[in-house]
Amino acid sequence: MLLTIRSLSKSFPGTRALDAVDFDLAAGEVHALLGENGAGKSTLIKCLTGAYSRDAGEIRLDGAPVSPASTSEAQELGIGTVYQEVNLLPNLTVAQNLTFGREPRRFGLIDGRAQADMAREMLRGYGLDIDVTRDLGSYSVAVQQVVAIARAVALSGKVLILDEPTASLDAAEVRMLFDVVRDLRDRGLGIVFVSHFLDQVFELCDRLTVLRNGQKITTERVADLDRVKLIGHMLGRELDDAIETAEHSPAAAQEAPEILRFEGIGRAGVVAPFDLSVRRGEVIGLAGLLGSGRTESAELLFGVRTAQTGTARDADGPVAHATPREAVRAGFGFAPEDRKTDGIVADLSVRENIILAMQARRGWTRPIPRAEQARLADEYIAKLDIRTSDAEKPIGELSGGNQQKVVLARWLAMNPRFLILDEPTRGIDVGAHAEILRLIRDMTDAGMSMLVISSEFDELVAAADRIVVLRDRRHTRELTGAEVATDEIVRAIAAADPREAAAS
Amino acid sequence: MTVNPRLYPLLATIGIFVVAYIVCWLQFPYMLSTRVAGNLLTDNAYLGIVAVGMTLVILSGGIDLSVGSVIAFSGVFIAVMLRDTGLHPLLVFALLLAVTTAFGAAMGAVIHGLAMPAFIVTLAGMFLARGASYMLTIESVPIAHPFYDLLKDAYWLMPGKGRLTLIGVLMLVAVAAGALIAHRTRFGAQVFAIGGGEQTARLMGVRVGATTVGIYAFSGFMAGLSGIVFSIYTGSGYPLATVGTELTAIAAVVIGGTLLTGGAGYVVGTLFGVLTMGLIQTYIVFDGTLSSWWTKIVIGVLLLLFILLQRGLLRVTALRA
Amino acid sequence: MTRTLRRILPQILTLAVLVALVSLFFPQFLSVDYQGGRLSGPVIDVLKRGAPVALLAVGMTLVIATRGIDLSVGTIMAITGATAAWALASGWGAAAAVLLALMAGLACGVWNGCLVALIGIQPIVATLILMTSGRGIAQLITEGRILTFTDPGFAWLGSGILLGLPVPVYIWVGTAIAVALLMRRTALGLLVESIGINRSASALAGINATVLLIAVYVASGLCAALAGIIATADIRGADANNAGLWLELDAILAVVIGGNSLLGGRFSVAASVLGAMIIQTIDTGILLAGFPSEYNLVIKAGLVLMVLLVQSPNLAGHWYALRRHVRRRREPAPSDRSAP
Repeated sequence: MLLTIRSLSKSFPGTRALDAVDFDLAAGEVHALLGENGAGKSTLIKCLTGAYSRDAGEIRLDGAPVSPASTSEAQELGIGTVYQEVNLLPNLTVAQNLTFGREPRRFGLIDGRAQADMAREMLRGYGLDIDVTRDLGSYSVAVQQVVAIARAVALSGKVLILDEPTASLDAAEVRMLFDVVRDLRDRGLGIVFVSHFLDQVFELCDRLTVLRNGQKITTERVADLDRVKLIGHMLGRELDDAIETAEHSPAAAQEAPEILRFEGIGRAGVVAPFDLSVRRGEVIGLAGLLGSGRTESAELLFGVRTAQTGTARDADGPVAHATPREAVRAGFGFAPEDRKTDGIVADLSVRENIILAMQARRGWTRPIPRAEQARLADEYIAKLDIRTSDAEKPIGELSGGNQQKVVLARWLAMNPRFLILDEPTRGIDVGAHAEILRLIRDMTDAGMSMLVISSEFDELVAAADRIVVLRDRRHTRELTGAEVATDEIVRAIAAADPREAAAS
Repeated sequence: MTVNPRLYPLLATIGIFVVAYIVCWLQFPYMLSTRVAGNLLTDNAYLGIVAVGMTLVILSGGIDLSVGSVIAFSGVFIAVMLRDTGLHPLLVFALLLAVTTAFGAAMGAVIHGLAMPAFIVTLAGMFLARGASYMLTIESVPIAHPFYDLLKDAYWLMPGKGRLTLIGVLMLVAVAAGALIAHRTRFGAQVFAIGGGEQTARLMGVRVGATTVGIYAFSGFMAGLSGIVFSIYTGSGYPLATVGTELTAIAAVVIGGTLLTGGAGYVVGTLFGVLTMGLIQTYIVFDGTLSSWWTKIVIGVLLLLFILLQRGLLRVTALRA
Repeated sequence: MTRTLRRILPQILTLAVLVALVSLFFPQFLSVDYQGGRLSGPVIDVLKRGAPVALLAVGMTLVIATRGIDLSVGTIMAITGATAAWALASGWGAAAAVLLALMAGLACGVWNGCLVALIGIQPIVATLILMTSGRGIAQLITEGRILTFTDPGFAWLGSGILLGLPVPVYIWVGTAIAVALLMRRTALGLLVESIGINRSASALAGINATVLLIAVYVASGLCAALAGIIATADIRGADANNAGLWLELDAILAVVIGGNSLLGGRFSVAASVLGAMIIQTIDTGILLAGFPSEYNLVIKAGLVLMVLLVQSPNLAGHWYALRRHVRRRREPAPSDRSAP
């Protein structure tokens, strides 16, 4: 074995990110590392590349124990990494990027011609015919990926970790990248491949390891595994397990009047055009693996990204939703996935965060009276059980779950007709979980319609009247009535898309 | 043979300079003489030298507001030292360069160590350097030293009676040295890397702290050198001199095609930026009827033009990526 | 009220210490005479001379709250002063001159705001353009001369006395109170702070960040116009070369001394004008205490460094790291997102 990891553990306060994980990588194989969010993939990779120091366990490279303390140390040992976001400098030339830190010099000065030659030599065998004296940024992401790989291989040359390298590539580019990876495998490198695209895993990889909740679930040969079983491993349930579906009332929601209708909403390279009809008081679930276009769909609906195609209309006619402001005016709300960057305004108090959207809609000339603000804040702090010493505490000092509740409160205070919740229970303890689900039910009973995105399918099944399944940035199926069940979701995600099968 | 897109901003700068010179020449044929060219170099020597240091700072994504004050400090320091001590000017120069380089290095250390914006740290540096020169003297101190007369009168008579002065040559040497450092050394590559993205640069193995200190030390050195040249040019030290030169230098760098957000540009472009600004002034002098304030307005327009051009180029590359 | 008081307490204490220090060297510092219907004394002088920087600091506070910076305010003073003087010289009368100057300040603010909010140029660069070229425009208006005028009504704005106090004092105190009330009695203050802290989250909450950004630069332009009017009225002439020269740096300093973070967010107009008074007290105090004015800049530099140290995110980071080390806590859990 080229790389062996034995009982690697890593803890953070409150979580055990890696729990005695074993992992083997042979020279000349492509080994997929799979798992949903929080499974421990990125922690494992960061332990390997020296970004984290492990708590316990052993890493052996070529039989010798190693413990890299930094990325550059890992590189020198022979472990190179290429990330989805190319970690090279777009403002330098291809040659400068490739030779950075090892530039050939003459009389102490960098020899530009030798540098270009060296770069061309490094790129040989990758099938790239590019001008190495041009800015890296002037080439496509795919070419930049290959350049990054070439640099990583030249610097390290034993283990290559590809962390979601295909996330922003199109089909032809993926094929080019795969040719490069196969070639490197044949040259004897050990390659760790992290991806959310299962098709790509089946196409490229020899073996795969599934992590879940910080534990290794299984390592198997890709050829011995089918898609449904794999997803079962990733999600932690066998399909045969009948899951008790929560009581919901599909009939009632189905008869409710339609309040919004989206047709053909889409944006090239983001989400393929889709239709969505929203009924009064219903919960629509959006299910799919990470990177399937769930969040992007929500962003198109709320105007965070402007849809290139499609229309939205309600009973009164067309509805404008090209910007968040328009969407808010149309009675939409959106609690985004990344609370820290898109949700909370950290230095403002809980009270101010709660009234922010309402104030924005009222306009600056009509401030919400202080007493009214306090009343709203207290009301929602009580209603959502937000744990804070008082309403004037900066929201940044609250725990993640409580921050999420404040963001929810911000929108609930607006009483929107259509509320989008992206991963509303992410990073929230079990108690708060149930509360948020109960809240969703209360709100919809009061007539609000919701779109809920979640990677916890049980939760979706419990909350949603209907579930839309996404795969590879496309809305592929809609589950209604009795189909709203976890195994149906898994089956729908696993089903190979006929169109894509024909294309590849 | 297609032109590397890297060169577009530089070519635009040189193009504007050439076109401007042709326009000047069509109106005043005498402008195309070695006399005018020689004066252009001499009059802008101190600005060109300090702009070379500023180019490196801006390439790294920073800014150095202290240079104008450092030039004034240098002049005062030299004048006072020569007046009050018997040291040879060359020794004073060496002392001065050590002081200004250390001053720049200290600012770099504060910027990196405290993770504060370069803008505000060098603003404090600006006050400090100006204050230090006030404390040395508040009056203009003339420099009377035979060695200084020698330096002032050192020139090479070009054909056409134009004078290529020592300080003009010194500026060209500074530009060449700056270009070599920026484009042909590993230090220079690290400067570009930091300008392109500090986080990525660190991942690629750049020692950001040491490089930041180096960048501001270089700018401090160039400001000191520029101060020496300015003292030769004016023959005195005056604490109120070169107020606002930092902004003129920044403008010259931007007109020279360097991206103000850092990471892209050429030191040679800065030379043309300085010369373009000098040319505008020369033209106004030649014209005689135009007022001097047009210089500022035209420079402002050029500044806007280049910033818009840069944003346009950025958008084009973003679309292609 | 107590909250506001607690916020500006450090600035008040600094000012008190400074006044005590100056009084030590110049015991008559706090003495105020009343004769001929006017108060006079060093304190009154500080209040009057501090007017331009205090006015600039009011506008600058708002700009900095949005994570921006406005380098052009000194130049806008020159432009608006020149405009007013030109209007007076053309016989338009004081009211028209004031109006025209305010319009010029507004136009400058709109220009800056559009460059920042619509074209997306970083504030420091965007305002640098007007800073460099604006003086040329001011000189264009005055045609390079110092435009003098005799209109007593306009001059009253700079050197007049009202109820014993110089008129500029009323103007800057009035502006500061008006802006502070406008910010706190409407929702503007909250919205400005919100876009300064997290523009993306604010936009998602439906705040119109673009319009707000333009508005703060307009406010800064208008404050600079007022400062320009006072400076021009005081010397009964517009000097395009020197009016407001380098005052933008004093204004930024005042805002920073006022404890407002350059990284945007929470702001206090009151603390900023106190910062302006601190700077003016240093300026006047050094002179009165008999120190050579050369020390002025070095003291200012020291002040900046001190404020920097207090504000430095790294210093806070070191402090937390130290505490954490003491408590032997583990490193924080990473965010769960594997895709950045």
